[in-house]
Amino acid sequence: MALIDALLAAGQQILSPVTAAFALAAIGLNIHYGYTGLINFGQAGFVAVGAYGFALSVVWLGLPTWVAILIAFGAAALFAVLLGIPTLRLRGDYLAIVTIAAAEIVRYTVNSALFDDVTGGAQGITNNPSQGSDYSTWLDQFNPFGEGRIELGPWVFTGTSLWWALVTWVIVGLVTLLVWLLMRSPWGLTLRGVREDQEAMASLGKNVGAIKMQALVLGGVIGAMAGILYVLPAAVSPIDFNSRMTFNLFTIVLLGGAATIFGPILGSILFWAVLVLSEAAITWLVDIGVLAAVADAPQLRFALVGLALALLIVFRPQGILGNRKEMSFDRS
Amino acid sequence: MTAVRHAEDPILVAEGVHRHFGGVTAVDVERIEVPRGQITALIGPNGAGKTTLFNCLTGFDAADAGTWTFDGRAMAGLVRHKVARAGMVRTFQLTRVLGKLTVMENMLLGAAQPGEKFSRALVKPWWKAARESEIQHAEELLVRFKLDAKRDDYAASLSGGQRKLLEMARALMARPRLLMLDEPMAGVNPALVQSLLDHIAELPSQGVSVVFVEHDMHVVKTIADWVVVMAEGKVVAEGEPGPTLANPAVIDAYLGAHHDVDLRAIIREREGSAS
Amino acid sequence: MMGNGPHLEVVDLVAGYLPGIDILRGCSITADDRELVGIIGPNGAGKSTLLKAIFGLVPVRSGSVLLSGKEVANQQADRLVAQGMAFVPQSDNVFAPLTVRENLQLGTHLNRSLFDQRLQKVEAMLPELTEMLGARAGALSGGQRQLVAMGRALMSEPSVLLLDEPSAGLSPARQDEAFLRIREIRTAGVCVVIVEQNARRCLQICDRAYVLDQGRDAYHGTGEDLIHDPKVVELYLGDLGASEDGAA
Repeated sequence: MALIDALLAAGQQILSPVTAAFALAAIGLNIHYGYTGLINFGQAGFVAVGAYGFALSVVWLGLPTWVAILIAFGAAALFAVLLGIPTLRLRGDYLAIVTIAAAEIVRYTVNSALFDDVTGGAQGITNNPSQGSDYSTWLDQFNPFGEGRIELGPWVFTGTSLWWALVTWVIVGLVTLLVWLLMRSPWGLTLRGVREDQEAMASLGKNVGAIKMQALVLGGVIGAMAGILYVLPAAVSPIDFNSRMTFNLFTIVLLGGAATIFGPILGSILFWAVLVLSEAAITWLVDIGVLAAVADAPQLRFALVGLALALLIVFRPQGILGNRKEMSFDRS
Repeated sequence: MTAVRHAEDPILVAEGVHRHFGGVTAVDVERIEVPRGQITALIGPNGAGKTTLFNCLTGFDAADAGTWTFDGRAMAGLVRHKVARAGMVRTFQLTRVLGKLTVMENMLLGAAQPGEKFSRALVKPWWKAARESEIQHAEELLVRFKLDAKRDDYAASLSGGQRKLLEMARALMARPRLLMLDEPMAGVNPALVQSLLDHIAELPSQGVSVVFVEHDMHVVKTIADWVVVMAEGKVVAEGEPGPTLANPAVIDAYLGAHHDVDLRAIIREREGSAS
Repeated sequence: MMGNGPHLEVVDLVAGYLPGIDILRGCSITADDRELVGIIGPNGAGKSTLLKAIFGLVPVRSGSVLLSGKEVANQQADRLVAQGMAFVPQSDNVFAPLTVRENLQLGTHLNRSLFDQRLQKVEAMLPELTEMLGARAGALSGGQRQLVAMGRALMSEPSVLLLDEPSAGLSPARQDEAFLRIREIRTAGVCVVIVEQNARRCLQICDRAYVLDQGRDAYHGTGEDLIHDPKVVELYLGDLGASEDGAA
């Protein structure tokens, strides 16, 4: 029955590394926006820097995996510092504008034919060991599930994809633990203080600029981590790291509840489940003739995301896990 | 000419402080001294430059010219958070509580703690003890300021006067040596003002000098050891409260002829016998 | 012109910003033409909330607000202005990028042709406004902004004027002037309700006053009575300044 199939597909999606990667990127964005009040409209840029930084280091520079990972983190940190230095002393709007531009610059650069040899241009970098470009063997060698089919209840996985799902979600869990430890510390409290009133914080002796920079770097490096996980299943492709990814991330953060520990995870799971379900719904509507068989009917689901985001902000701005009382202080 | 006497043993000395906005001179202070271990009131009409002076001295605004020293240390040009760390802590005329944080969280942010450094944040044992001692200190202060019942409420849910109290208590958490209060009693319930004043009056004996901007002359007469009067950006009078407040130039510029008179008498006069 | 009852009547008002949290818990006041009614009380008692509830800025959950006997609770503020109410908030009460003149023009937006005529009247009551007309409101000091805000409210020729802490941030001289001026305004037929933190001064100028505590009206009487009521002094006025209380 179509409904059951749709639900199963949604369940499968939940376990996929893509959902985990989005949860991780959302955790990074949550640190920026939810906790510190930094309006980062370029999180997709951090994800791209992580993905390309990692893949290029392995494929083009031939470096060992752990070095590639460090390079990806370092690149993201540098990216954050470059964005932060000119903007953190100014009003939040300036960071928003600069981050949109920076993310687009990253995307255009990796997409451009100019650097084709290195980045693969619009084709990107495909993970294909037989063709010599391989950035996931380091992970596969630890795979305990083998490469065959595995059945978990009604779901069917390949051993590899199950292994990747496990690894990525464990990483999400570890990062969530790290964020929890940081946010309950006095340092975590300074982030929220900066979000509320920077002048007051300065009058109490807090170095607001340094705090914002630390948050920007931390959230950015986590975003880079997400980039590495994102490209594992298949390929590094520039089109993925566009502003739509950033807005999807904002939807996820707000859906789950900004400035909550589990919000980004819950948000990502729900977001992707709903996307899969709505694609199934649209396909069904086309099948039964209600919706015309337009070639890009599946793209309709992204219009739904926009609608959902708007409704979310109007009716439940605190998201699922957020605190309603806090939101009420914004009306005045 | 106005009488300007200087303080003995000043903790803060500022000279030649200039600040203008467009064509308007907001601050033009030749010399101002804040005595150590005393409570100084900074009074004057609106637009006299009191808050602008506060802002310049604490790094919240860049003075166009001037030098000042705090406890002998040159402070001009120092960034705001370093001024606060050096011991000059200010509050704001329009309160700045951290709204979506609780009262206790506001208080904890007042104090500097090892756990606030990113490098130490991850390992709880490195900051736990210091935080608990700050929590205790905060609780004592909240009781004194009668905010203890609100300890876990959001700061944004406090009324205007309660926010003033929170801001003052929070500033004390920062262990100031000079506490600079901008209209601390504005909006505070008159019945609470007396006990607050008692608390402020104790501060010098605890090693904290105080300078506060205030419009309520009853408050000034009650606790100020020293009064500085500003008008149109300049210091026009300085000295002990009694003589300074009786100074005709001060009365003219600021206090008004009716300042210690019951207005009902004036009203009766103006409205005649009809009521 | 006016009906039999008081011009403004608030009966058992229950109101609050957030659902489930009532700041006003059954508050009743009345104010008549040419009366200056003061509202004093501790922080959090609901004084500002009362004015905002009357003016439609805070949702009223139960009780009534009667303007000349007509129920107006929960009406939108713009409708109330059309019916003769005016409100001067404590802060953010002028449009900073506009000039003083433009701010005053906003007071007659319902009836623009009356601007010049009304301006004359308002200038007579608040003479300082004349030299400020061209100045940008944002560049003025706190006390000057208060004047502009009050002028703007008066431009609409209200029958009920609600003032939220008009003395806030003013120097003693300006405060006294403001209070005496508010006293004069009410002779023009306006019913004035003023919320004040400076309790003693407020009682000195009001005809009648209410003491609000925890969302209810706790004490009520003429200014004279309340200044000399030992309970009120103990709980709300404090001792500072008691020396200036003259004989009744």
